[in-house]
Amino acid sequence: MKNLKYLVLGVLFGIVLTKSEVVSWWRIQEMFRFQSFHMYGIIGSAIVVGLISIQLIKRNRLKTINGEEISIADKKYNHGTWIGGTIFGLGWALTGACPGPMFAQLGSGVAGAAVLILAALAGTWTYSALREKLPH
Amino acid sequence: MLELLRQPWPWYVAGPLIGLTVPALLLIGNKALGISSSLRHVCAACVPAGIPFLTYNWRAELWNLFFVLGIGIGGFIGYQLMGHADTIAISPETVRDLKAQMHLTDFSGLLPKELFALENLSNWKGWVFLVLGGFLVGFGTRYAGGCTSGHAISGLSNLQWVSLVAVIGFFVGGLLMTWVFYPMMF
Repeated sequence: MKNLKYLVLGVLFGIVLTKSEVVSWWRIQEMFRFQSFHMYGIIGSAIVVGLISIQLIKRNRLKTINGEEISIADKKYNHGTWIGGTIFGLGWALTGACPGPMFAQLGSGVAGAAVLILAALAGTWTYSALREKLPH
Repeated sequence: MLELLRQPWPWYVAGPLIGLTVPALLLIGNKALGISSSLRHVCAACVPAGIPFLTYNWRAELWNLFFVLGIGIGGFIGYQLMGHADTIAISPETVRDLKAQMHLTDFSGLLPKELFALENLSNWKGWVFLVLGGFLVGFGTRYAGGCTSGHAISGLSNLQWVSLVAVIGFFVGGLLMTWVFYPMMF
């Protein structure tokens, strides 16, 4: 069951998101109102740790546990990067949740999260259907 | 120790642990952290409807759905099994502003029940916060090519300037909603 390790890592990730209250609408409001350092500290320190880790992996040419080469694809720019980013930001402030926290909220027992996830799926599907007509 | 685990975790514990997810995914399978892609995979698996963007081998991305399923289980463990405070200790200024501007009175739970309880689907609040909000998250993340995990954490960790543009967009949208549209709604 080669996907089990991702399930386990997801469980740990979900526990951290929940225990640090990243999954809370209140914390996201506090962030967008600049009234607490909490979310900025989490995002900032996560990036610093991620950055150092990636540098260590690249410089030491580390391989995966199965001996595969590690390669990270570059992100490509198009106008969707900022248009879509802004649209997501509007939704982030409304729901207080990015996609990961929605799943954690559902697990924590918030019934509304099921509606959020269904609506997010509808949004992704609609984007996919309209993709060729949208500016990129 | 057990008591410490039950308390809300401070940023300097949670942030580095979230950051470590990036190398962990790379080392166990050369995967890039990114959660919003899971929404696309579910669409591709369930309702591809002949749409080119949804016609690909989503089974090759199953790991992502397992990861997301794990997040759900983690939410259950972290909230229900490890215990939680009834009311999240947000800053008094935020409480004051939310009372004054959004007329919120019940500060218990992860989300305000006055906006996110299912009963609200009978009025405009539920449709705006649950349905429109969720829709914008799903639409915007795919349009931008990532969310907080894929762009902010994973992308910025790998010094991708594209991700910086996306994250600026996230904040422009979030600040617009909080400071411009919320005051118009309430």
